Amino acid sequence: MAKKYFDKRNTEEAVFKCLMVLSIFIVAVSLISILATVLVKGIGALNIAMLTKTPEGGYYLGKTGGILNAILGSVILGVGATLMSLVISLPVVCYLNLYLKKNSRFALLVRFSLDVLWGVPSIVYGAFGFAAMLFLGLKASLLSGTVTVALLITPIMARSMDEIIRIIPFELKEAAYALGSTRLETAFKIIFKQAQPAILAATLVAFGRGIGDAACVLFTAGFTDSLPYSLFKPVATLPLAIFFQLGTPFPEVQKRGYAAALILTLLILTVSLSARFLSKRFTEHLLK
Amino acid sequence: MNYSKLDSRKIKDIFAKRAMFFLCLCILSLTLFIAVGLWHKSAAIFSLVSLKSVIFSTAWRPFSGQFGLGGFIIGTFWVTAIAMLISIPLSVLTAIYLSEYAGRRLRNISEPIIDLLAGISPVVYGVWGVIAIVPLVRNWLMPFFSRRLPFFPFASDNFTGFSVLSAGIVLAVMTFPIIISISKEALKTVPLEIREASLALGATKWQTIKYAVLKKAWPGIIAAVILGLSRAFGETMAVLMVAGCAIGVIPKSIFDAGYPLPALIANTYGEMMSVPLYDAAILLAAFMLLTVTTLFNVIGWGVLLHIHAKES
Amino acid sequence: MKPHISTKNLSVWYGEHHVLNNISIDIPDKKITVIIGPSGCGKTTLLKSFNRLIELQDGVKISGKVLLDGEDIYDPSCDITHLRKKMGLLFQKPQVLPMSIYENVAYGLRIHGTKDKEELDYSVEHYLKEASLWNEVKDRLNTSAWKLSIGQQQRLCLARGMAIEPEVILGDEPTAALDPISAERIEQRFLGLKNKYSIVLVTHILRQARRLADYVIFLYFGNLIEHGPAEAVFNHPKDPRTQAYIDGRFFEEHTS
Repeated sequence: MAKKYFDKRNTEEAVFKCLMVLSIFIVAVSLISILATVLVKGIGALNIAMLTKTPEGGYYLGKTGGILNAILGSVILGVGATLMSLVISLPVVCYLNLYLKKNSRFALLVRFSLDVLWGVPSIVYGAFGFAAMLFLGLKASLLSGTVTVALLITPIMARSMDEIIRIIPFELKEAAYALGSTRLETAFKIIFKQAQPAILAATLVAFGRGIGDAACVLFTAGFTDSLPYSLFKPVATLPLAIFFQLGTPFPEVQKRGYAAALILTLLILTVSLSARFLSKRFTEHLLK
Repeated sequence: MNYSKLDSRKIKDIFAKRAMFFLCLCILSLTLFIAVGLWHKSAAIFSLVSLKSVIFSTAWRPFSGQFGLGGFIIGTFWVTAIAMLISIPLSVLTAIYLSEYAGRRLRNISEPIIDLLAGISPVVYGVWGVIAIVPLVRNWLMPFFSRRLPFFPFASDNFTGFSVLSAGIVLAVMTFPIIISISKEALKTVPLEIREASLALGATKWQTIKYAVLKKAWPGIIAAVILGLSRAFGETMAVLMVAGCAIGVIPKSIFDAGYPLPALIANTYGEMMSVPLYDAAILLAAFMLLTVTTLFNVIGWGVLLHIHAKES
Repeated sequence: MKPHISTKNLSVWYGEHHVLNNISIDIPDKKITVIIGPSGCGKTTLLKSFNRLIELQDGVKISGKVLLDGEDIYDPSCDITHLRKKMGLLFQKPQVLPMSIYENVAYGLRIHGTKDKEELDYSVEHYLKEASLWNEVKDRLNTSAWKLSIGQQQRLCLARGMAIEPEVILGDEPTAALDPISAERIEQRFLGLKNKYSIVLVTHILRQARRLADYVIFLYFGNLIEHGPAEAVFNHPKDPRTQAYIDGRFFEEHTS
């Protein structure tokens, strides 16, 4: 048997392996450190009042009250934007996969622009949204915030759904057509039904991205102490609650920021894990 | 009897087709629409100053009509460069380990973790930056480096910890998930036969990776890096919270404060609408961000698309 | 003999690849027609050109005519969903729809306009019996169709295909993925159904072709070599290539 000796190539391998393990370690430590920071700071700040009250005496100065305004605002804005984006994404994905041929140039172009839109920074969406609002004479409001966030998450949603629909076996489509279904019926009664868990997963991921983003709602949704009550009034959101309230010198106010960070992270954690669970179920189902 | 009847099902199908096509056109034109909108709004500034002076001048005195974005561009450059210097080796090495060495269990755990890292809100990254990274820089890195290596790029008199280095570290962590996951995809597409062929010739695992696998996967990894770079370039909130953001400071050291473009937009847009042409200057900054990130994205996705097309 | 489907000079290309070359053929009414030939010779393409499913392939070009009851189905004014309703199709691997057993059969009826619950109940029961599946599933009509065995799934697909009251049943190697017993049951169903429907099957199992066929079509690399009543083709093939294929020898064609 060849003896394993310590030559140059083994040393090189060992060095790189060390570096790789070190990299993984650093990546893992960063994540743990982020979660630990949010958890430690957040748990200390969390109590019942935090979840059930709005800030008292102004979110920037008031030292009591909670962040219910931001929690509710974020959820409403996130759900609204997600629904709006769903209404755009499903038809687009349907058109790309059922109405166009597999190697259609137009489909390629649409997919490519979705990819590019995916990469447009959220601050650009925010600035564009605000410029458009000024043009239309609108003020920062729940409605403008929702529309802007919907623009931000539509590429994410549409593209992830598209990737899923593309791996559904061609024969299922054929089977539906062979029964005399129109393309629309095939899409909504067969294909989307088959891909349901994965579509839900894509929706959840988009929702998570939508409620987490601050740069997009900074100008378009504004901020307020009161609970959301009108489409045309400003609305508080969790990311901005964190950003604004950590910016104050008062520890009591900062606490509200930490609590908001914890709640936002927990929300996103839940959403991201359920999305994972759902898409796993989908692939298992599909590979059967 | 076979011949078409315009029944309700067919009408629905045709109507849906038109509506869907229209939506696709909307998607196609959205980038253009944003670009034209921002350009149109920001073009007003060129009545006062030239594009060249906006980009290269570092004088930012809006009240006296001086709109030099140069300082902010330099800030963006510092922050992005530091982020990439940290992120590229760490992410690529992690991706290689996960796809080539890691066992099934580590791979299964790593995926949701990377997902999670990608999902965390930028503001939460900012919070982490303020609480963990800024003190790290202030209390450990800054005293250590600026005392022992008092020259470029370490010498600095900014002792707050809010610096381009802190922003770069936070941004690096934010780009981990995108670079890792796309690089992993690229490595996954390398056929097993290539590895087997190399191993069969007596190459070590690392040699196989270095000479065979990476040779095949590098365009995908480059694309991953470009997309990560684009992400870092446009990231706003986290940077705003840790970079220091002082007007008029042009960073000359990794420990100096910086004021990147996205932070400028977030901080001041909508605030000083009474200053003439202020909003035009800010929207010009947004337009520049859009142009650069779109360029990166077109290159990055173009490379990935090309790889994909070659395979099938 | 009255033809049900006939093709006139049908040629099909996938991109540059010429798959079917100038096929003219008549499919008899209320008989089992079996298409045989070595794999990759265009059997499935011919079958799918009957209900225009080949149009879904990329870069497909079609010339010539396919007539169903004397009407050209490639005529632009032909209603494609209506045409497909007239043809039930069975695939190699059963493709159950992502819904319950009941809904699988009712789906076709629903999309073609049946709303009445009683009528649906009746049809579902009737066609599941026709496909000899009723007794096995009558207690669990509302469970997911995924839970059936693969043989049961194929019979469910048969019931689903018949429920839209087609005139023709097309089968693309419908027993290829099944175990022998399930295959046997499907074959029995075809024999029982042939006085109601025209059945066209693609198969690569010669014994199955002999068992089922009334009429045989032999394709060889996109060309129609021989067709005629099963008796004649199997026992007295005119072309040496047919003889070679049914003897189980591959015919080597020396092209110069």
